[in-house]
Amino acid sequence: MARKRARRVRTAGSEPGGDIAIETHRLTKAYGDLVAVDKLNLAIHAGEVFGLLGPNGAGKTTTILMLLGLSEPTSGRAEVVGFDPTRQPLEVKRRVGYLPDDVGFYAELTGRQNMRYTAALNGIGSREANQRIGELLDQVGLADAADRRVEQYSRGMRQRLGLADALVKDPSVVILDEPTASIDPAGVTEVLALIQSLARENGVTVLLSSHLLHQVHQVCDRVAIFNKGRVLAQGRMAQLAEELASDQLELEVGLDGPADQVEAALRSVAGVTKVTRDPHDPHLWRVAGPQSIRGHLATDLAARGMGVRQLRRVGDELDEIYLRYFQRDEGGRDNAA
Amino acid sequence: MTTPPDAVTLDDDELDDEPQASPDARSDAPSEAASGRTLGRLSPRGLPSSGWRVVAAKEFGDHILSVRLFILLGLLSLFAVGAIYSTAAYVGNNAQAASGAVGLFVLLFSHSDPNSQVPSFAALVGLLGPLLGIAFGFDAINGERSERTLPRLMSQPIHRDAVIIGKFVAGLAVMGLILGAITLIVAGVAFFVLGVVPSPDDVARLGAWFVVTLAYLGFWLAFAMLCSVAVRRAATSVLAAVALWIVLTIFASLLVGIFANYLSPVPANPTLDQQVANAELTDDLARISPGTLYTEATEYILDPTVQTVDIAAQVAQASNTGAVPSALPIGQSLALAWPQVVALLALTVVCFGLGYIGFMRQEVRA
Repeated sequence: MARKRARRVRTAGSEPGGDIAIETHRLTKAYGDLVAVDKLNLAIHAGEVFGLLGPNGAGKTTTILMLLGLSEPTSGRAEVVGFDPTRQPLEVKRRVGYLPDDVGFYAELTGRQNMRYTAALNGIGSREANQRIGELLDQVGLADAADRRVEQYSRGMRQRLGLADALVKDPSVVILDEPTASIDPAGVTEVLALIQSLARENGVTVLLSSHLLHQVHQVCDRVAIFNKGRVLAQGRMAQLAEELASDQLELEVGLDGPADQVEAALRSVAGVTKVTRDPHDPHLWRVAGPQSIRGHLATDLAARGMGVRQLRRVGDELDEIYLRYFQRDEGGRDNAA
Repeated sequence: MTTPPDAVTLDDDELDDEPQASPDARSDAPSEAASGRTLGRLSPRGLPSSGWRVVAAKEFGDHILSVRLFILLGLLSLFAVGAIYSTAAYVGNNAQAASGAVGLFVLLFSHSDPNSQVPSFAALVGLLGPLLGIAFGFDAINGERSERTLPRLMSQPIHRDAVIIGKFVAGLAVMGLILGAITLIVAGVAFFVLGVVPSPDDVARLGAWFVVTLAYLGFWLAFAMLCSVAVRRAATSVLAAVALWIVLTIFASLLVGIFANYLSPVPANPTLDQQVANAELTDDLARISPGTLYTEATEYILDPTVQTVDIAAQVAQASNTGAVPSALPIGQSLALAWPQVVALLALTVVCFGLGYIGFMRQEVRA
């Protein structure tokens, strides 16, 4: 049984894109009427860092619990490192490291003792475990704090300990649920850098979930944008941005001069579809149009003798992408498959 | 579970060849090569069917170093030594009468000075023993939830029941340790104060008592763990367990008496039959409580002269004058205690089973 599965994965490996580490097929979880995860299809390649992005309550944690065999799907199936998590949870758990959302440790034990327990639960002999734990604690920068009780750890330290703990079993896949939530910005950068280096150095496939796109997009090879249990978009960040690039662009333009002249000038710029005046600042205008206007708006205005004081794109680019997907989701729920 | 271990190991190698078998394939900085070597050294692991042992070992270690162990050990040894001193003093004052008694050593454990309020050691264990079970079980599962360690624990390759079984075994072990230590202290006091040397029969009886007591404590541990599964907050869980303890120790006899009198009334001038019927019913109702079962079993085991604990039988015997109590061999005492012991074990199994099923059906997420 297990062998057959392993073979299947290997055939998949011969296709372009590499081995499939995690695959779901119409994976669904319903709690009564509430559908937490709705016919989810994912394919995560071995060795990549994959981001599962979506707001709180999108069904990210539920998906992760199903991938680990900690929750049973209502329908559909998943395959993680070649095993069905529902039917062979131990095989999956032996190969998959997991950092839960808001990870907890035994407060009265030291970081090292906590990790030793994990190692023992994985059947790792104590000498082997000690060495590996030492290396991992070094890697996450907790070597000095290793023998302090976890109750003295800061949140960032706990998160790093959680990362090390997830790697004790020498997993081929690690699943990180909101690894950057509830830690301070400096800690976030640190943890993300760590995830990236761990993924590269240990050759591990990483699936991470987050509700903060701008925090994690740098470390993700690919992302899936997830809302209300459904994937809205899946692919490389650049690809997703491009997909939306045809959409309208909104610019904030600072211009001096009589309002009617300025408005006429702005409207005369090729491509501009909408011009509005800022209600608070009379010298600030908002211009909407295709992406291309960005290139020639300032020069066109200069040609008309108007000096642009300020030119700014409205909205953070990434959050924009994110939001647009959700807006599109709201608008087009019915035609989406 | 379904595949033989060797087949799984084989697949393991096939599957994991990407990160493990080819550390050289990873073309990165030298530090990677080092960690790659470590990964390669990790030997293939067998099926961790003994996950409960790892859990039990960790929990036992936690208990041994816990504050609650020291409090309980201190409290119980204090009471126990008080009890045995009281009994010893009484026996010393009545040395003449006691000299011929059978099984004097075990009688020190099961009897108290009738003129004082201090209970016997065995009665004390019956009264305070539940506290041990509650202390080591009330936060077994909900503690993991509130510390948010349960998801991490459940994502390790152990069967789910390994957690609850391991915790139960650890609790039993640490209670056995405490009970053993206190029993030895008491035996030592009895030995040095009175100079009574235990006979092999005494030792065997004490051993049997130890096992039965552990079953009794096991019931309370199982009940406390059931509470810890059913109730999310540890404070509520301990309250629930303590409530049952108080109801069973303080109000049970009261309630049982009321029920028995209602179901089998005793008129103003009762016949012997009516009295016996009422007493029998009282006995049977009282045996719903593990405390009653334990006390009765203890009486049989620790007092060779006890031939029945039934009030009804004692009432019947009262008319039978001149019956001299003779000592029973240990085998017969155990045979008499057997129904109580079995009932006690059954209650323990039911409680543990309910907690087990509840835990297996719960969602991992809080």
